[in-house]
Amino acid sequence: MEQYILSLLIFIPVFGALIMLPISKYLGSSTPRVVALVATGVQLLLSLWLYCNFDSSVSIPNSPFTINVEWISHFNIFYYVGVDGLSMPMVMLTSLLSFLCIIASWNIDKRPLGYFSLFLLLDAGMMGVFLSMDFFLFYIFWEVMLLPMYFLIGMWGGPQRHYAAIKFFLYTLFGSVFMLLSMLALYYYTTPNTFSLTTLIIEAPKIDVSLWGMDVRYLIWIGLFIGFAIKVPIFPFHTWLPLAHVEAPTAISVILAGVLLKMGTYGLLRISYPLLPFEAINFAYTLAVLGVINIIWGAMNAIAQIDMKKMVAYSSVSHMGYVLLGMASIVSTSTAGAQAGLNGAVMQMFNHGTITAMLFLLVGVLYDQAHHRWIVYPDNYKDQEVAGKLAFGGLASKMPVFNALIIIAFFAGLGLPALSGFISEALCFIGGFSAFRTITIIGTLGILLNAIYFLRAYQRVFTGPLNEKYKSLKDISNRELISILPITFFVFLFGVYPAPLVNMIKYSVENLITIFKSVM
Amino acid sequence: MQNNFQSLSYFLPELLIIFTILFVIISDLISDLKKYSYFIAVFGVLCSGLLLFTAGYEFNPKMIFNNMLVFDSFSYYFKSIILFSTLSIIIISKYSNELDDEYRAEYNTLLLVVLLGMYLMTNSINLIMIYLSLELVSIPSYVLAGILKNDKRSNEASLKYVIFGSFASGLMLFGFSLLYGISGSLNIYDIHGLIININNPSAILFSIILILAGFGYKISMVPFHYWTPDVYEGSPTTITAFLSVAPKAAGFALFLRVFTALFTDEGTFQSALPILNLSWPMLLAVLSAVTMTVGNILALRQKNVKRMLAYSTISHVGFMLMAICTLTPVALNGILFYLLMYAFMNLSAFYMVIYMHNSYKAETIDDWKGVAFKNPVLAFFMVLNLVSLAGLPPTSGFVGKVYLFRGLFYDKEFLWLGVIAVLNSVVSLYYYFKIVKSMYFYEDEKKKVVHAHPVLYCSIIILSLQNLLFYIYWSDLYAYISGLF
Repeated sequence: MEQYILSLLIFIPVFGALIMLPISKYLGSSTPRVVALVATGVQLLLSLWLYCNFDSSVSIPNSPFTINVEWISHFNIFYYVGVDGLSMPMVMLTSLLSFLCIIASWNIDKRPLGYFSLFLLLDAGMMGVFLSMDFFLFYIFWEVMLLPMYFLIGMWGGPQRHYAAIKFFLYTLFGSVFMLLSMLALYYYTTPNTFSLTTLIIEAPKIDVSLWGMDVRYLIWIGLFIGFAIKVPIFPFHTWLPLAHVEAPTAISVILAGVLLKMGTYGLLRISYPLLPFEAINFAYTLAVLGVINIIWGAMNAIAQIDMKKMVAYSSVSHMGYVLLGMASIVSTSTAGAQAGLNGAVMQMFNHGTITAMLFLLVGVLYDQAHHRWIVYPDNYKDQEVAGKLAFGGLASKMPVFNALIIIAFFAGLGLPALSGFISEALCFIGGFSAFRTITIIGTLGILLNAIYFLRAYQRVFTGPLNEKYKSLKDISNRELISILPITFFVFLFGVYPAPLVNMIKYSVENLITIFKSVM
Repeated sequence: MQNNFQSLSYFLPELLIIFTILFVIISDLISDLKKYSYFIAVFGVLCSGLLLFTAGYEFNPKMIFNNMLVFDSFSYYFKSIILFSTLSIIIISKYSNELDDEYRAEYNTLLLVVLLGMYLMTNSINLIMIYLSLELVSIPSYVLAGILKNDKRSNEASLKYVIFGSFASGLMLFGFSLLYGISGSLNIYDIHGLIININNPSAILFSIILILAGFGYKISMVPFHYWTPDVYEGSPTTITAFLSVAPKAAGFALFLRVFTALFTDEGTFQSALPILNLSWPMLLAVLSAVTMTVGNILALRQKNVKRMLAYSTISHVGFMLMAICTLTPVALNGILFYLLMYAFMNLSAFYMVIYMHNSYKAETIDDWKGVAFKNPVLAFFMVLNLVSLAGLPPTSGFVGKVYLFRGLFYDKEFLWLGVIAVLNSVVSLYYYFKIVKSMYFYEDEKKKVVHAHPVLYCSIIILSLQNLLFYIYWSDLYAYISGLF
């Protein structure tokens, strides 16, 4: 079992997608949903089993779960999958969100076969990215995910879906081709030529080649950074994000914000940091500045939004800024500061995944009933009578359960203590402050700005007199509740008791810090 | 070296094609046999393939016909690709509605003549032989492009093809004559020995440029590409598919052989330096960058699918040229590897175009709307082909492109080309996915479900399946290719 668990995690969704195609012809129309639910359910159970048997202090080459078999011999490509403290939270997040998203998209009626099979392929791709320990394999999973995503946005999305789909695709591809070049450069300039990430940790810093008057390692860093930065997304590469998030169907927005964005920061931590620590140290200040720009810029944009989903999308940009700030603080002279920052970054990756999933799911619930998500109708709205006026109002009285959940989600988003967002954001700031005083102080403004848009949105939509148009709105249904409650549990749990998460990641974080201390 | 009579035993596949050509012509003249001309052609090509594979190759090249031709592994490999794609085209042409039934036999004859010419292109080592084999490919191609006599675009295609073709081969011939004037020999290996220590390299550089014009026209390299879109659009789709694969492969075979034999310091596939330190690899690198960029940029605005694929072919040529200019054996292996995959995916994509034309009279990208819901299987494989053409995982096109990049890392001088190439593959994705968008993102209630003929259907799927197959496992294929030299 231990040998096969990681491969099962990756390939069970693929298997589900493959058997779904023939059998749904003979069984009823809800077969795709059921198969998808079973496949992601099994995946979730397997990842729970993995979590129970997981020992974070064991390094990847020694772990019993690791598989390392030759795939393409003359190119030194291995099927090398493994799990450590860095990937474990992401694996949990992926399997959890995939399962819940299948429940959340139960009411998809348009071509369910295509939707659920593509969703499962997407799931497999994400899992593959987090488990690959061979750069080539990593790259392949990274790219494989794009295709299902393109179709899911383009076929099941909102009014501007075609444009959003191709924009997402082109943007991400633009980044990943530079990653490809960096990957090949890493392969060719190391001896022995290898894609194995564990070997490259030793070999990559030894590369001593110059190109166009620059150190090739620096160019490799830049190439990798462009690839990951677009995925995070780091300002100024973030413009694909609001469009894709807004146009995608609810479940896909959840996956986009909850898992796909994390792949960018995960890539930085998994590949750029350990392979090129020296370049990472030189780049840390820039990264911190970019992180703070993300925090402020994302939050200011979110304040300006009148579409709830767009607001949540920009809040993701802001929240990913915390991760960047935390990551950059690895150069802090105090080990405690570096630890706090890095732990905070990894925790924020998980916590933002849950919080943003909650936000998107809740906005989706409201959208399904009201068929729009405006906080305020835009000035050029087709019905000129309501243009510029509040779209909702007083929903709290009609939808008490929904209201309670949205309060939790909004407050978790703005970083209220006792909810999970607070701990990770605080740790990111502690780390950031120990390394970069001034810009971290500027960054803390983000907390305030975050509070502004969340509270304002809450006030405009849920309080005040009830809008007569929405008298008949029903409260959240049981199915929707099932898809949201597990995430709510994690938001609470890691807000008051983050130890399980910290224990999972702390050894990997320490290893990373050790690598950095040795070159500083 | 073998005399003429001994040489014949190495020439059996070609001889068989010559006889098949004669049989097809005769069968066309006798009205009772007319309907069999197709089977004769297929049978002839199959037998020729059988002879090709049983003869195999010898590791030490054999000069045959008094040093006119060479019998080696290099030509063997290219012949296999050429043979396969020609056979596939002859079979598929039977099921294309575009062609006039009256001229089927002529059509097959001309294809076979082109096949013979391409065979010779892969193993000519004498300048005169090179010229003759090129013309043997070109002249029937002109006729094939114009075989739809009543279609204006087909006529235009043919005429443009003739004018460009004769101009380019004139330039090439001038280049050859310069080489002959300098060295006094026509055999490329002899010429290499005679010019390696020459004092005045400018004449050689001049002849390199002229020869590039001739070869560049054949493989549609910018700035000799102007015929490509018009010819590809006007010709019957089967011929477009054929022109985009087989003569390209033969052109690359000739290109590689002549340039490595004549213009590198050792005169073999293994040499890494240009002759006399002439900077033709740099010239080629610039042309490669321009070719892929121009091909991709112009493809962006195309509405006609065939025309778009024509520009995509141009950009793929640019990609392959990128590997030539680095002059490393791994890069050359990469080209051989890529050409095989490119042949498969391109043929499959064009067969889909044939299916669309047969079923819906589709010409433009808009005519493809909603096909995914009428024929989901074929649409899926078309997506696979397009993804492969764009060079993304999970397809063999990605693997092929990675191998084309390999050479760049051995010779840092050309790494800038790699950056241009990857940016180009981003651009190319946009227009390839216009087809995907049209197929999947729109519904068209007017379209009916039309089933493809089983032969066409299976061809599209089998050719497209290699996209997955060589992606999942390509180790042995590459090992085979790198074992050829």
